[in-house]
Amino acid sequence: MSEGVPARDDVCPIMRIGDTLLVALQGELDDATVVRIEDRLTKEVARTHATGTLIDVSGLSVVDSFIARVIARVVGMVRLLGSEAVVVGIQPAIAITLVELGVPMGHLDTALDAEQGMALLRRLRVDGNRAR
Amino acid sequence: MATELVEPTEVVVPIDSEADLIQVRRVLRTEAVRAGLSLVDQTKLVTAGSELARNILIYAGDAGGELRVEQVRSGDRQGVRATFSDNGPGIEDVEAALTDGFSTNGSLGLGLPGSRRLVDDLSIRSAKGAGTTVVIVKWRR
Repeated sequence: MSEGVPARDDVCPIMRIGDTLLVALQGELDDATVVRIEDRLTKEVARTHATGTLIDVSGLSVVDSFIARVIARVVGMVRLLGSEAVVVGIQPAIAITLVELGVPMGHLDTALDAEQGMALLRRLRVDGNRAR
Repeated sequence: MATELVEPTEVVVPIDSEADLIQVRRVLRTEAVRAGLSLVDQTKLVTAGSELARNILIYAGDAGGELRVEQVRSGDRQGVRATFSDNGPGIEDVEAALTDGFSTNGSLGLGLPGSRRLVDDLSIRSAKGAGTTVVIVKWRR
């Protein structure tokens, strides 16, 4: 039976598009899963020498302060490895909620969707002109 | 205006481990939809609940706690009331705990004040050594 059921690590697949990695966070994430994603993504950046990483959170219906901190931490880790990181797909309801909750996210490079995220990554690679 | 129960049933979720947070969020989402809350208000209620449930895991530890969710009505308004109770050490200074940036565990201290901003009402009943009960209400707009 186990064949049709994705392993837990497949919950958030990591794709490679040229020099860019795309990781999609989706569904209900428990804390352990989130930490495992950090581990896999940083190893994948190091292995592939990706110069940019898109973190797609459009599949998350809730981002509480823990998950928000994890996202910010992943961005910090990816940048330390020399890869630019952009968070894409924050849902409007989540943006409203995070600002009212008071979670600081302004220091992150964000874009509305993956396409705009790719464009932002290209600009960041060229001149390091961060949004913040 | 007095707040009354729409129906006698309530949903109870134990909060003893991280895995329970998923069930907390799921139940709150379901009840928020049933009460007719908008997507933004659903998200705010679920997020506030996730913060409060995590507080229980952090502060009450092995003592654990639980969430009770009810559909409530006050006059024409309908909403969701969620009660988070634990058997932990209690909060010594409730006023301080509701202040932005106050934390006894080194976190950002957003839990209680942040949650309060996301809901229409948040009240705390706590005493040192006697556990903590946090009640939040979100009304349909």
